[in-house]
Parts: sequence; structure tokens; C-alpha cells
Amino acid sequence: MSLPETVRITEIRRETRSISTFVLDAEIAQSEPGQFIMLWLPGLDEKPMSIACPSPLSVVVDRVGPFTMALHERRVGSLVGWRGPYGRGFRLAEEGPALLVSGGCGVGPMVYLAARASEQGIPTTVALGARSTAALPCASEFQALGANLVLATDDGSDGYHGYVTDAVRELGLIDARPTVYACGPEPMLVAVHRLCLEARIGGQISVERYMKCGFGICGQCALDGLLVCQDGPVFDVQELDGVRDFGHAHRSATGRRLPLR
Amino acid sequence: MGHVEHDKLDISTTLCGARLPNATVIASGILGLTHEVMVRVAKAGAGAVTTKSCSLNPRPGYPNPVVLDWGGGLINAVGLSNPGVEVMTEEIQAAKELLAPLGVPIIASIFADTIYGFGNIARFISEASPDLIEVNISCPNIDHRYQHMFAADPYVAGQVTRHVKRNTDIPILVKLSPNVTSIAAIAEAVVEAGADGITAINSLGPGLILDIETRHPVLAHGPGGVSGPAVRPIAVRCVQAICRAVDVPVLAVGGVMSGRDVVEMILVGATAVGIGTGVHYRGIDVFRQVCRELRDYMRRHEYRSLDDFRGTAAMPSL
Repeated sequence: MSLPETVRITEIRRETRSISTFVLDAEIAQSEPGQFIMLWLPGLDEKPMSIACPSPLSVVVDRVGPFTMALHERRVGSLVGWRGPYGRGFRLAEEGPALLVSGGCGVGPMVYLAARASEQGIPTTVALGARSTAALPCASEFQALGANLVLATDDGSDGYHGYVTDAVRELGLIDARPTVYACGPEPMLVAVHRLCLEARIGGQISVERYMKCGFGICGQCALDGLLVCQDGPVFDVQELDGVRDFGHAHRSATGRRLPLR
Repeated sequence: MGHVEHDKLDISTTLCGARLPNATVIASGILGLTHEVMVRVAKAGAGAVTTKSCSLNPRPGYPNPVVLDWGGGLINAVGLSNPGVEVMTEEIQAAKELLAPLGVPIIASIFADTIYGFGNIARFISEASPDLIEVNISCPNIDHRYQHMFAADPYVAGQVTRHVKRNTDIPILVKLSPNVTSIAAIAEAVVEAGADGITAINSLGPGLILDIETRHPVLAHGPGGVSGPAVRPIAVRCVQAICRAVDVPVLAVGGVMSGRDVVEMILVGATAVGIGTGVHYRGIDVFRQVCRELRDYMRRHEYRSLDDFRGTAAMPSL
């Protein structure tokens, strides 16, 4: 059964001007970092959101369109629906350190993954990128988890001046041959993919596509022959090798294939 | 004697001239949007693939949620989202090329909002040369008046069939709705009008589920078509009624989850059997599992082909 369960928002934490963490009055008994829920605003729409914390269930959401704008207008006490968890999450490598690469609103699953890595005693570096210092979300949470935090901003207002993937390369963050875990804008994911293949290190990448059902029957989230909702959203870098649409095309609500901006 | 090796059991079938390596078909609306995924379904063991229903112009469909598992099956109101006939034509052509070596035919599902519109879309989709065309006159979820215009009225259903037949040389299956007083009467009308075969049933209802905390329907559209295990007995009864009334092949769809369910459909006369919601319960591998279960039944009963038991359901004596 997968009917949405409606629960109240118990807390809203503002991370940046456009990103907030929404805490719901719900718990997910079993989930993996990188898995997602379908978050429902009754009467409006429903969208996939990566789990940032399973207990209490939290999601980190950027204001990017009508749905997320509407969510940001909700207050503590508002009712929202959720169903899940869905998809395949990150699988933490037992050997070696972890490097988490996050851009913009891709930070949600990284908070959960960093917490899991910390529990397992895996040495973790988080490379966090954003447009500017004011747009860097959840930095204090990563620090509280004991992760080594590396910041990168497009405008140089904090940390490395430039893209987070360039920071990873130039600051030698892959020298210790970590397993790389990435979530963020697709150009960043493509750069991480290339980096992992070139350096021959393991990597897992969380990909986003327009979704309808969320559980593998409608085919709307097709990435070539892969279903992002069920085979993903987290893929090994090898699985994405040679995937035509990765970094190039997504599908709209009609199913039409469109170039990624 | 009597022992037949598993792989010697013939579960192939011929549906309106199209040869299916096995009798399972992925039903329209499930994973039928892109050629790569359709090929994946064929490689997972489907005997034929059906596209998502295609219209002349692209349709985004309804907002989410469009489909949910309610406990007895699925409820859906997708809103016939599709990328339009130009894109679908390309997808079908690409799929055909990759499906040919597998010997798996492709069924193009079409719909329109007018009788003449069905003729147009049939003509356009024929350029992609699908093996069969399925004419969806029975979606319960778009504007309510369509339902009454097409699948619920023998005359209108016949007129749609005639217009489609006039615009294509490809064999057509007309997909019927269970939401009628006599599905047999509709079947007779579309066969009389030239339908080469019938697909039955489309989803039941529509039904309605509310979220009682917010008082909103759980589907964004409100009502939605009901499918899955809960509707199977109705589908079996409909298929039996159709098979008794007309003499064309029937693609039986509705709540089929297992080889046992496929056998049941064939016993009431089905030529091939569609699986939709079953993909949700058992994954894409459902086709291979169902075929294995079907062969187990045939071996137990010493049947060598589907013809050995098709349409042999016992009649109640009362």
C-alpha cells in the first residue's frame, strides 16, 4: 500500500535565503541515504524529495518552482502527505574514506549520508558548493557530524573560488582514493563522473528526473533504459557510463525528451 | 508418456496475425513511453509490448499523484499524458528495430477526443508500422463525456472502429470498458464495424479515495481507474462474455498477477493476456515468472499448447 500519510510540519529551519529544512511528524523505520519520498501538497502536486533525516523525517528543499514555492509558504502545523521510501540509495563502501560532493540543493541526502558515515566511523570529507557564502546550506550540520568540510563558491565569497568539482581536483581531495558520493546539478554530476573514471575511484551519483508514480510502473523518469525511481536515483559511475541522456536530456511531463539547460 | 519437457511446451500465440513468442503482453500505460524501456520489458520476457496511449498532440496529463497503491491494487488518473504522435512514431520505429530480433511485436495504443480524431491518429501512427493498433475508447479518466461518447455506446464505439479501419491497414484491437451494462453488446458492435480483435478490460470505475485528514482526494484528478487483483474477477467475467459473443481474438487484461491468472483468462477464451499492475507487485521480471507458472500448469495437465485448453471453462449446470 502506498497511499500518502498526511502529517504536520513540526519545524522549518531556514538554511539559506532559498533553502529550508522541513521536519515532519513522521518516522521512516527503514531507509538508506539517497532514497526518496514522494512529498504531497494536497490539492496541488507531489514531488520526489531525498530523505535528509529518517527520524524525524526531514527534507531539504530549495525554492525552484511552483511546488517548492508553495511548500515554502507552509508553516509549522501545516498538513503535508508523504509516501515511501522509494528507490535505491547510496551504499557506503566499508573500505577507505568517503568524499561527499554536494552542489546547491543536492545537500539533502548528503546530510543523511554524512550521519550514516559518522555512525560507521568512516573518515568523511564533505565538499560543499554554492553560488555564494549565503547560499551554502547545512555547513554547521556537517561540522557537528565531525566531517572535514571544504567549501567552494562560484563568486569566491567563501572557501575555494570556483566550482566544487574543481576544488575537489585542485585541493587534492581524491588523493586518499576515497569513494565519491555526489548529488547536485547535473553538470556537476557529469564532472564527478568524469573525475571518478579518470582517477579510477569508486563513485555513486544521485540523478534527478521528472517523476510521476515513483515506484517503477509509469516509465516517466526513464534515463535511457534505466528507471531513475527504481534503478536509481543513485547509480554507480559505471552504470552511467555511456548513458546517452546523462548530462544531456531529461523528459517533461508529456514524456518529450528535452535538452538539459 | 505424457511427460512433456518444460521448454517444449508451446506458450506462443497469434494475435490478429501477430506472432507472440509467449502469450503475455505488457498493458498500455505501464512502462510504454520510451523505446529503451519497452525493449527492456521485452528482454524481461514479455511476448508483446504496448505503448502508452498516444494522441495527436502532446499532453502533460494531470499533476501528481497520478497513481497509487490503495491496498487492493492501483488507482490511477494519469490524464493520458504522452509526447504526441510525432515523438511516439519515432519511439515505435526505434523500438521495432530492436524488438525484431527478439521476435516481439509492438502494439501502438491510440486515443482521440472525437470520432474523426481517431481516424487521424490511426493514419499517423500507421506510418510507424506497429504490428497492431489498440484503439483506446475506454479510458475512465479524461473528461467524463468521452467515456459516454465512445466505449459506453455500441453505435459510437462502432463509428470509432469504422473510422480507424478506414485510415489504416494494420489490424486493430478495440479496448473496451467494463463500466457498461453489456460489454458483449459493445463487442458485437465493434466487431460488426470491422475490429480485428478486442482488448478487455480497461480499468474499472473510476473510483475515489479520500485523504480523510485533509479531505482531499488522494489523486490530484480526484477519481481514478481501479486496476489490480481486486478487478480480476470482473475482467474474467467480461472476457468470457466477449468470447461467447464474438469470434475475434481477445487480449485479456485486468488484474493478472500469476500464471494461474493467465490460465484462467485462456480458459474463458483469451488469445493473449495483458499484465499491467502485476509489474508493480512482481517487478519487470513478472513476465518470466508468469510464463514459468503457465508452463508448470500445462505440464501438470499435459497440455502442449495454449490451444489445448483455450476456451474450455466448464459451464455451470444451473
